[in-house]
Amino acid sequence: MLKYIIKRIFYAFVMLFVLSMVVYLIFGLVPIDPAKLSCGIHCSPVVVEANRHRLGLDIPLWHQWWNFILGLFQGRTYGEGAAIIHCPAPAFGYSFPNNACVTEVMANAFPFTLTLALGAFFLWMLVGVSFGILAARKKGTYIDRLSTAFVLIGSSLPIFILGLLIYIGAFLLHLIDPITQGTWVSPLSDPIGFFRNFIFAWITLALAYAAIYTRLTRSNVIETSSEDFIRTARAKGVSERDVLYKHNLRLALAPLITNAGLDFGGLLGGAIITERVFQLPGLGYMSIKAVLRDYDLPLIMGTTLLAASFFIFFNLIVDVAYAYLDPRVRLE
Amino acid sequence: MSHLLEVKNLSVSFPTDDGLVQATDDLSFHLDLGETLAIVGESGCGKSVSSMAIMGLHNPKSTQISGQVLINTVLGRTDVITASSEEVRKLRGGTVSMIFQDPMSALHPYFTVGDQISEAWLLHNDGTKSDARKKTIEMLDLVGIPDAKSRVDSYPHQFSGGMRQRVMIGMALINQPKILIADEPTTALDVTVQSQILMLLKEMQREFNMAVILITHDLGVVAEVADRVNVMYAGRLVEEGGVNEIYRNPVHPYTIGLLASVPRVDQAHGTRLKTIPGQPPSLISLPSGCAFEPRCEFAKYVPGEICKVTRPEVELKLIDHHARCHLTAQEVRSHL
Repeated sequence: MLKYIIKRIFYAFVMLFVLSMVVYLIFGLVPIDPAKLSCGIHCSPVVVEANRHRLGLDIPLWHQWWNFILGLFQGRTYGEGAAIIHCPAPAFGYSFPNNACVTEVMANAFPFTLTLALGAFFLWMLVGVSFGILAARKKGTYIDRLSTAFVLIGSSLPIFILGLLIYIGAFLLHLIDPITQGTWVSPLSDPIGFFRNFIFAWITLALAYAAIYTRLTRSNVIETSSEDFIRTARAKGVSERDVLYKHNLRLALAPLITNAGLDFGGLLGGAIITERVFQLPGLGYMSIKAVLRDYDLPLIMGTTLLAASFFIFFNLIVDVAYAYLDPRVRLE
Repeated sequence: MSHLLEVKNLSVSFPTDDGLVQATDDLSFHLDLGETLAIVGESGCGKSVSSMAIMGLHNPKSTQISGQVLINTVLGRTDVITASSEEVRKLRGGTVSMIFQDPMSALHPYFTVGDQISEAWLLHNDGTKSDARKKTIEMLDLVGIPDAKSRVDSYPHQFSGGMRQRVMIGMALINQPKILIADEPTTALDVTVQSQILMLLKEMQREFNMAVILITHDLGVVAEVADRVNVMYAGRLVEEGGVNEIYRNPVHPYTIGLLASVPRVDQAHGTRLKTIPGQPPSLISLPSGCAFEPRCEFAKYVPGEICKVTRPEVELKLIDHHARCHLTAQEVRSHL
């Protein structure tokens, strides 16, 4: 098992290495000049070239990429003399639009993304799984039909509509203040302010995911209940309660680990729309700004690699957890 | 003395979109201490449905059940059909146990065989987990699992089909039930393993003095292990009697056809295997008369339309030998 995990981690690094190359390649192919962008419309060619040098964009693309890789391990220094800027390792580069090292920008954004992802995750797992179990137990009743409606609405309503509706609703009820919304409040010093900052974003994100998890749980539980070993359990006198919670759910919920891990890992890379709607300056908000407004390659690079690392890491966790749950997988 | 198990006028039906599926119809039979009763018939004749009813395993929401399933023990008499679900739950796995056709899918893939057997013991006994484990190892040893002490912590997928069926048997017998229902216990197994499992069942039956209901369509298996035979057709009991009696003097045309369709080694080379022409009737629209009449070769000997119109009752045909047919035993035999 340990050998397997080490192998997987090695592959993860290879994957991230290749990914960084691909992002650089795409960057080189896009016909936008960040040096020009950095100094407005009326800009003399001399200033553009000076900026290009300062940004480290006047060397071949492969060399830029190599400097990036080196910077991850050694840190990077930009400019000379009085204007010198140093980013300590692991340096993803320097974000000129933000006037800060990318690592620092991401470190500031990450608490928002992490809080959003964690809260939404717990909420949707709680709602989705319990609603799914309930619907499966009451199959064919009005509760089941209610769950179908919930699944339909939750999975077909786009998150920006859902988010806006919730935002507007909360605003009209004076539960959200657009001016202070999105400034970081420590949960230790002001728990209420902290919750108010996130609760509606959590609900938005959780509703969309809970719909999927309700459907998954319901169909898995129903499918498992027709398995032969469920009949065996009944035949030996296991109570209906234990048939469900011990024999059925163990099998029915195992595949959900895969979904949950990947969804959570994906969210740690930033929930772009939800963060945008609720003014939360997380990684998603950061990266969409970097792509659409600033053309800020170092930041794009940083958020992309960070998101990919989370995804790969949770993929690994899922595989290990699954092997732990299902003894048939464990052997291989 | 009353019988260990009495099934009286058991009718089980399932409402579906196409109509009511009459899975068993007015089924009555009994089982005594220590005997082996074989229930024989083709797929869909109601063998498994009736055994599920004895276990009280039908979902009351999707099943209509009438009649009685009486189980008499030293503790008293219980009617499985009317008893509370808690009473029936205590009966299951304790007094009445069951093993199933496919040991591959009948064991939970995520739990060790030890855990699964221990669970059955803990459900019906007061004791600690280590008591249960000790019992489980003893039982695995008894059903012929080599090296039971270490195999107790193995998972089902680490066993072969025959070994899994042994585990199933061990699980069913851990509480020393009075009745064991074996629903086609050897169908999914290799021929060599089949006989081993049958031997094991026989051995266990002697060891624990239980009554066994063996559900099968394999007449060879029946001849080998059964004391009495129930032949079922389209949800009804058509013939009932001692195993030798049924094999030597079958009186119901369906049983006669069934026995004739078993391939025999001593048959002359080149003779065609006999078959029963036609298909069993749909359980949704059973004929009002005899369910077997459309396929019956003997119906022409009954005057008029009696077979088509009147449903025959189960009658005594020979000594200790009942059948559901309008013809007498002598009439049937004279036309063979």
